Order: sequence, then structure tokens, then C-alpha cells
Amino acid sequence: MDKIRLATVWLGGCSGCHMSFLDLDEWLIELAEKVDIVFSPVASDIKEYPENVDVCLVEGAVANEENMELLIEARKRTKFLISFGDCAVTANVPGMRNMLGKAETVLKRCYLELSDETRQLPHFPGIVPELLDRVRPVHEVVDVDLFMPGCPPSAQRILATVEPLLRGELPEMKGRPMIKFG
Amino acid sequence: MSKTIVIDPVTRIEGHAKISVYLDDAGEVEDARFHVVEFRGFEKFCEGRPMWEMAGITARICGICPVSHLLASAKTGDKIQAVKIPIAGEKLRRMMNLAQITQSHALSFFHLSSPDFLLGWDSDPAKRNVFGLIAADPDLARSGIRLRQFGQKIIELLGAKKIHPSWAVPGGVRSPLSEESCTWIRDRLPESRQTIETALGLFKTLLDRFSTEVETFGKFPSLFMGLVGKDGLWEHYDGKIRFTDSDGNIVADNLSEDDYESYLGEAVEPWSYLKFPYYKPLGYPNGIYRVGPLARVNICSRMGTEAADRELLEFRDRAGGVATSSFYYHYARLIEILCAIEHIEQLVNDPDIVSPRTRATAGINNLEGVGVSEAPRGTLFHHYKVDENGLIKKVNLIIATGQNNLAMNKTVTQIAQHFIHNNEIQEGMLNRVEAGIRAFDPCLSCSTHAAGQMPLHIELIDAKGTVVNQVYRQ
Repeated sequence: MDKIRLATVWLGGCSGCHMSFLDLDEWLIELAEKVDIVFSPVASDIKEYPENVDVCLVEGAVANEENMELLIEARKRTKFLISFGDCAVTANVPGMRNMLGKAETVLKRCYLELSDETRQLPHFPGIVPELLDRVRPVHEVVDVDLFMPGCPPSAQRILATVEPLLRGELPEMKGRPMIKFG
Repeated sequence: MSKTIVIDPVTRIEGHAKISVYLDDAGEVEDARFHVVEFRGFEKFCEGRPMWEMAGITARICGICPVSHLLASAKTGDKIQAVKIPIAGEKLRRMMNLAQITQSHALSFFHLSSPDFLLGWDSDPAKRNVFGLIAADPDLARSGIRLRQFGQKIIELLGAKKIHPSWAVPGGVRSPLSEESCTWIRDRLPESRQTIETALGLFKTLLDRFSTEVETFGKFPSLFMGLVGKDGLWEHYDGKIRFTDSDGNIVADNLSEDDYESYLGEAVEPWSYLKFPYYKPLGYPNGIYRVGPLARVNICSRMGTEAADRELLEFRDRAGGVATSSFYYHYARLIEILCAIEHIEQLVNDPDIVSPRTRATAGINNLEGVGVSEAPRGTLFHHYKVDENGLIKKVNLIIATGQNNLAMNKTVTQIAQHFIHNNEIQEGMLNRVEAGIRAFDPCLSCSTHAAGQMPLHIELIDAKGTVVNQVYRQ
């Protein structure tokens, strides 16, 4: 049987979900025999996301233009896409700025009010991606095949989700151990 | 005709990062820039939240070092409440920070940097990651994975979760260690100690082969900043701020975090979301300073534990005094893991660690506070202003990785100047630039390399904006 082609993608988030993935510890050694990790984590050069990805875990909310482009690209090239962690599922902490209106509000505080020298808003087309005015969860932008909440999802939950997929089965996302937020 | 080379992406630190290299008309490197391209806005959207929520919210800045934010936030809360926390609370907080230093540094060294050291800078990038390491040296990989697990498990035993535990609070911590937990830690200490001793031995044998990297990976004079304890001892949780220079002179000492605005400024460049902290008395950009493992090991008088002190002497001997090469960050990280394990061993046998008196309770007694903690990557400041009800009015955060921003830019420029001549990008430059940045272990770079490869894309762009050449590394 061919190895499963697994990707992980990372949008606007803290990397805690990726860290929790690494908390699988020695199971990573077993995993290495079952899957090819073809992309992890995100490269902002969207041409690099490979074709024919079997499973992709998407961490983070959609917070800037590059997040948006990459997510759309990943969706096109992925059979089974998982919304991975609370930021992907609800926009969570990155989404807290939505209640303040436009992105400019948070930018002004950081770069104009809390700086001492060369006060200006970062702006460098082609290099520094523009923030979206509204941070979105993953499923507002693309179709999602499975939701895995948690801040972060524990390693046990990641294992219980991914292992059935490696056997070609669907995990049962039911009950506190599998779908509790936070 | 001047050109720009863009490397996109390079590594991640709180999001994506890119590098641009600017060439002069002769095709030599004029300048290089390290761009951070993500921003979330914590300093604004936390306004109006209760102060007690800040530890939980700010932990979500970083999944690699959430404990740093938990502690800095809790310490800010201690000051706003005007409490001195119980001794057990302080020792337990220290235990969690030591565990975090262990797990974070282990990740940096074993999961993502050792593939460079052991498989080679120019080895197949598809294999130059933790899975390649598992294939090439399964014993080392397993021991590294288990060392990180040791740190993560202690965090979980204390706070019930490995990542983002709700445990450190203004006034102390929520719960002590149980006797069973202490037993688990004691049982796992010898193996952890063995792993780090082996890694130190291995790294030292490799060091002689890396003379080029030592010379080019960000070797330059700068100030170093961090916390030191009594008599200048290595410190990670409390103490005073010290600045030293590259000759080992103390430039400023006994500084309080309360006055950080008098010695730290932050500048903004249009091409990065990461601000540029600098040492105010020297101005911007001359006030370049480095923080983190290299700085802490350079500024302290002693590590304060037996084995780590022996290693510090050897480190200083090998570096010829103050280590000015950023490549030595790796070495400093290993010494800090050893020191952390020795401290954990002392703490786990301290009766206070199981004491139920872990928290002081109080209301809002000050309307402002500054908390500081040594994160794995360097000194972290939280500064809050609150109203009478403890609702946040203003937040300022100075993040560890940000303080290395000037130094990381200088490092990238130095590596580019070494590897790019006459418009030619030499083979191996891509990997070196990545590895140069990786020496600083900026937040989030860990996972970038922990599971898979990092593709790179370099464009040579002429003055009209036309792409004249490009290189992909799949």
C-alpha cells in the first residue's frame, strides 16, 4: 500500500497545534513508517503546496491575504482537509480583533502608539501581506471535511483522529475527549 | 544594475518570514533584510478584558513557549495586586519554567538543528528534518524526543495540560505537585541527564568541523541582555536586568523591569511586522543587543549548578571569552538544558514543592504593573494598565524573539555577503541562511523543520522589477 501523503498547514495561530502534534512523541517514529509528510508547515509561496495530498491539517485562522491564498490552494490539492484546533474552527484568539472593526485599529496601537522611533505602519507590497479586516475561521473560506477543536487538541485527540484516517476509516468525533473546545 | 533577491519563505517566527538580499551594481551584497509577515494585534484587542484572563489569552501568542507568557502575565498581576507570592508558589513557577526551557531547547537542538549538524548543511532537504534524523540516527532522535517529552510532561503534571495550561495566576499558582508526580520526575531524571550529557559531548566533537559557520553565522560585537540573580548568577525567572558588551564589560546592571521604557526603545521598519527593540542610550540602530541562551550564558558570573558550571568554563574557553558568534546559541542552549535539569533535581526534592500554600489572594491595589520572565528565547516583558475593577486599559508586550531582530538582520546580511558574489548565488547559501536564522531559534521555526522540509524560492529581480533568474528548492 502506498504511504499516505500528509500535509500540515499553518495560518494565523500560535503553533500550539503543531506542537501538540509533536507531543505524539515516540509515535512520530511509527508515523514516519506510515506517511510521507509532503508539506509542513506552510510556505507562503503557494506554488510549493504539492499536488495529490491525501490529508491536510490546517492550523490557525485566516487573518491575512497570504493565509487566504494558501488555504484556497491547499483545498484544491487536498482530498481530506481537517480544520485543526480552535483558531481554525472558530477564529478564536486571532478573531478577537474582529470586534474592533478594521485591521487598522490594531496596527495603529502597535506601530504608532507603542513605538519610539520611525513610527509608521508596516507596508511593503509583495513582502508584508495586508491584514484582512475580518479574521475568519477556515470553513468560511473553503469546505472542511472534519473539525478537530481544542486549544490545542491534545496529542491523544490528534492520534485518535489521524489513526483511523491512515486505515481509510473516518474517526468518530463524539464526546468530550474528541470535541471539547479549549 | 542593482538587483534584489527574495527568499520566500525562510523560516517562521510568529508566522511567516522572508529574506531579501540587495545587490549593488557590481553584484555584491549591499544589505539583507529579514521580514516577519504576520501580526495579530494582542496589544489592542486585550483592552477591556479582566486582568485575570491575560495569562490565558497571552499564552496563545506562542504554542512553543506559552509558559513564558503565563509567568510574565502572572508576575504582572502580582504587582497589580501588590502581593508577594508564597515561597511554594515561586518554586513551582520556577519548576514549570525550567521544564519549558528543557522542552523548547530540546526541540530546537534535536528536532530541527541536529539534522543540519549530523546529515549536513547540503544534504537532501526532503530528509533534513526530524524524520530524516529518525532514519539516520534513531537512538539520538528517540532520546531527543524523550527529553522534550520530559519537559512537556512536567508542565502537564503541574498544570494539567502540556500546552496552554491554566495554572499560573496573579498571586501564585493554582496547585502544587503531587507525590506521584515527584516520583515520575525523579525516575526520569537520570535518563534526561544522560541524554543532555551525550548531546553536549556530540556537539563539542562537531564544533571543530564548523569553523566556517562559527565565523559567518552572525559573528559580530553587540550588547547582551538578560536577567541575572544574586552575585550575577544565571537566572530565568526573577532577578535584575544586566547589559554587557562583547568584551565582557558590564554596561548597565541592577536594572528593574519597572523602568524598561528608560533603557529599551522600539523602532518600526515598513518591511516587517516585527518591531526593532534597541538599547536606548545608544539609539537606533546602534543599540543592537542580543537576548536568549547566548546572552544569558555570556552575562552571568556562574550557572550556579555543578555540571553546568564545568560546561560554562569550557564554553568560555572554546569561545575565547565572550561568545560573539550566534552559532554558539546552540551550545549555550545545551548548557541551559543541563542547568535546568540540575535545578529540577533540586526542586523536586524540596518539601515546598508539594506544599498546598501556593497562592496569595488580593484585589486590585495598583493600577499598573510590569512583569518579566526569561523565555527560552530571551527576556519577555508584559506591561499592563488597569482600571479600579482590574479591566485592562493598556498593554505593551516586548517579546523575546523581537529583541533579536536587529541581530537576525545582521546575521542574514553576514551570511549573504559570504555566499553571494558577482550576482551568483552559491550552492549551499539557502541552507546556510536558514540555519543562520535557526541558530536564534525564533519562535515557530521549530515546527517548520520538525516535520517536513521548508521549500525556498529565490528570485533575482532587476531594478525594473523583472525576474531575471530564480531558484527553487523543493
